[in-house]
Amino acid sequence: MDKRIYLDNSATTPVAAEVLEAMTPYFCEAYGNASSLHASGREARQAIEKGRAEIAAILGVSPSEIVFTSGATEANNLAIIGMAFAHEEKRHIITSKIEHHAVLHPCQWLESQGYEVTTLDVDKTGRIDLEQLKDTIRKDTLLVSIMAGNNEIGTLQPVEEIGIICRERGVAFHTDAVQAYGKVQLSTDSIDLLSVSAHKLHGPKGVGFLMVRKGFSLTPLLHGGGHEGGRRSGTENTPGIVGLAAASSLAFNKMEETTARMRRLKRRLIEAIHAIPGTRLNGHETESLPHIVNVSFQGIEGESLVMKLDEHGIETSTGSACSSPTLEPSHVLLAISVPISMAHGSLRISTGRQTTREEIDAFLDVLPRVVEELRAISPFKVGE
Amino acid sequence: MYTEKVIEHFRHPHNMGKLRDYSAVGKVGNIVCGDVMWLYIKVDKDPKGREIICDISWETFGCTAAIATSSMVSEMAKGKTLKEAIAITNKNVAEELDGLPPVKMHCSALAADALNEAIYEYLTQNQHEIPDALKRRHERLAKEMASLEERYKAFLAKEQVANGTKTAGDVKHAPD
Repeated sequence: MDKRIYLDNSATTPVAAEVLEAMTPYFCEAYGNASSLHASGREARQAIEKGRAEIAAILGVSPSEIVFTSGATEANNLAIIGMAFAHEEKRHIITSKIEHHAVLHPCQWLESQGYEVTTLDVDKTGRIDLEQLKDTIRKDTLLVSIMAGNNEIGTLQPVEEIGIICRERGVAFHTDAVQAYGKVQLSTDSIDLLSVSAHKLHGPKGVGFLMVRKGFSLTPLLHGGGHEGGRRSGTENTPGIVGLAAASSLAFNKMEETTARMRRLKRRLIEAIHAIPGTRLNGHETESLPHIVNVSFQGIEGESLVMKLDEHGIETSTGSACSSPTLEPSHVLLAISVPISMAHGSLRISTGRQTTREEIDAFLDVLPRVVEELRAISPFKVGE
Repeated sequence: MYTEKVIEHFRHPHNMGKLRDYSAVGKVGNIVCGDVMWLYIKVDKDPKGREIICDISWETFGCTAAIATSSMVSEMAKGKTLKEAIAITNKNVAEELDGLPPVKMHCSALAADALNEAIYEYLTQNQHEIPDALKRRHERLAKEMASLEERYKAFLAKEQVANGTKTAGDVKHAPD
């Protein structure tokens, strides 16, 4: 193996050279604390506010509506717990079965604190039912949290429609846009809160933001300094924020070209994998993120497939039980009713801006052989 | 997370496949928990007249650890007398692989269990006396297999409901 082929870009992405370049001065040169009065402090403040303005412009919101955080897990927690604590009179929250754990777990935690949570079903492609959503909203519903694009199967939710339904009923709408941001056009008109992480988009790890629409008050999770308009204390991560802004601008400037290429690679992947017997595509055929392909292989287990591919320098991931610390198959695959045998044999392939056609071809050259090898030692034969 | 020995056995598994002419097979695990192991043994007499496992092979659906433990247990049992093979524990298998991650220890149990079941089937078929310990273990395993089968049936029933036409969140917003 001379070169690795990285196809796990939904887990994280390499930092783009332009992003690193933009960040570099803020480590050793412009290292000031943005709260300081002196020139170094002002320099850092300027960089942060420039970044905030860039991101706000991308989303079509005002800079004061962007709260920088340590990433999307914090942004999701701040949105959900922060909203719940700030509006004690309403104690009902709606989410979906296929949310990331960074949404599901804060919701479950709120449940343990006496809040009520309704978790919406999804259909076999991973989409929620808007009628079910309407029926579930009550007088005391505070917040609906539904992700824009799913991190495992790529399915896109109709966020605009969800937002309109929520707005008509006076309910706040939060969306975890970690995978969708920079990959699909997002109209923020009907979104009240939106979470983003930099490292999924060729930015650095450890930084993200929560968009909070004006008029929505949040109880902060972190206290001590009153940074970010009192919504998130802690000295600002200047290089991180600069990197996040640079990564955002880069992603949105190149979005059309990048996603068109990603969609071509995705089509090629799906067609080639479909030609292997005993496979199924998990997720939605059209309403889907351009960079995620989730497939299942009959008769083999996902963790061994990932390890076999790794032997060939190809890096992917799986929703199989064996790969999870709880030994349960992915909650997303179970929610979309993937048969249990197929849920154990899932493989997620996710491309990035750096992924080439040659890499996909090399992967597709190895994949059928590896699947064959594992099927040869499995008691379950395809077609039986 | 895996030792080099585990990776080595996973990449180059020994004794894999199905024996053409086997004396007995031990089947353990269930698709519902993601690990299934079928272990085939061929029993013959050695020059001293003792019954030995003269050939062994396996077919496994499972993770890296499940495949590596299948390979290892087959190596450990090959050429052993039945008495020696019965004495192989899951701890022995894990130790021979220089250890397994704690969450994967059940895979080594699966390998030793499969061997146990193959020997049990052989002794039963040939109307040999079955040691008490082997019998007790077989009874425990049979119970576990039955409960896994129940879980599997429950899953299948749920799948059927899901693949029918009426579940909440389905139908109305079918793919465009």
